[in-house]
Amino acid sequence: MSNIETLLKRATREVLPGSILNLGIGLPTQLLDYLPDNLDVLIHSENGVLGAWKQAPREQMNPALIDAAGAYISTVPGSSFFDSSVSFAMIRRSKIDLTMIGAFEVDQQGSLANWKIPGKFSPGIGGAMELAQKTPRIVVLMTHCDKQGRSKILRHCRLPVTAHHCVSRIITDLAVLDVTTNGLSVQELAEGVTPDYLRSVTDADLIFPEEVA
Amino acid sequence: MIGGFGSPGTPFSLIDELLRQGQRQLTLIKNDANEAGIGISKLIEQGQVERLITTHIGLNKTAIEWMNAGRLQVEFHPQGMLAEKIRTAGAGSFGFLTDIGLDTEITRPEQLLNWQGQQYKVEMALKADVALLHAARADRFGNLVYDGSAMNFNPLMAMAADQVIVETPECLDPGALPPNQIHTACAFVDHLVVLPRLTSEYAVMEHHVKH
Repeated sequence: MSNIETLLKRATREVLPGSILNLGIGLPTQLLDYLPDNLDVLIHSENGVLGAWKQAPREQMNPALIDAAGAYISTVPGSSFFDSSVSFAMIRRSKIDLTMIGAFEVDQQGSLANWKIPGKFSPGIGGAMELAQKTPRIVVLMTHCDKQGRSKILRHCRLPVTAHHCVSRIITDLAVLDVTTNGLSVQELAEGVTPDYLRSVTDADLIFPEEVA
Repeated sequence: MIGGFGSPGTPFSLIDELLRQGQRQLTLIKNDANEAGIGISKLIEQGQVERLITTHIGLNKTAIEWMNAGRLQVEFHPQGMLAEKIRTAGAGSFGFLTDIGLDTEITRPEQLLNWQGQQYKVEMALKADVALLHAARADRFGNLVYDGSAMNFNPLMAMAADQVIVETPECLDPGALPPNQIHTACAFVDHLVVLPRLTSEYAVMEHHVKH
């Protein structure tokens, strides 16, 4: 099993029955494939769907029904369609219980940067800012380090932030970390990852509760 | 303003007519820039668009190149803010107060308002001269019904433009659409264009199908 598969499998445990969730583009949308059918959740998609589900079978694909990532989705019983202002009213009124989102950087205060790399990547903010600012629980799914091997977890975000102090939990290919008032608390380590190794690849202060260390 | 989030709800046929007529220096308001070679990207690629007010153009490499080369001015808004600015204009109001992005780089000092001890950001309403929209079904009065996720910005834009032009593949007699299921009431619609057929642009896009 690849590290990303392990990460995604771990992330499925964040999804609580009876909840409403939003899955951001990238790793979070891949999570869909790992969720069991008949799961009692409603997935919100910014383009105006509550109750989005996995890709529809070919003969049932509706060209007028996609999720925010462009996939031709199916819907679950009890789903609804609405316009973009209602979709974002739902977000700003904190009706989405959990948002799983990708990130370029997260810092130990729980601030999130995921929309702009000045001079390199600026396709626009989409729905990220409102989701990050208004969802009660934000779980970031990302690789621990970027392609150059640099830590994506920092003491302070360097890139323009999407929202300050919004992230509850970070799940990476190396560890599960919670943002606490005392700093980043390591909840779980991936197989073969030692506390010393995690410290060596993380540019932030880490707290190891006794049972993890 | 032009309806659609990705392809669903995009009035591809009305866009093709705009392409044929060739008006230039247009300001477009649309959630996204479609994808290279599709929808409003064709207007951008033909040099008809001066300015694009949008939320995210990540799926259109051509639009990003034009923006980076300074050939297309792009104004980005958070998606719900763009929707709400349009909804506000459609409701006949002039602006609203929000806390979205208050302490981020998207907020300029002149947008801040302190009211009764609380800090807000002022967002102004956004209206347009013309709205081009797509509806799944209509009646001859201009009552509209949207399908699936093709609703998105269409009903908001229908209320926020001086001239509202709607394309639809299915136009019925008044009374055929149940009154309690109409998404946009005909009072907001000026012109209806009935499409004899839907081109391949309206079909499932193979590159978005996972195998």
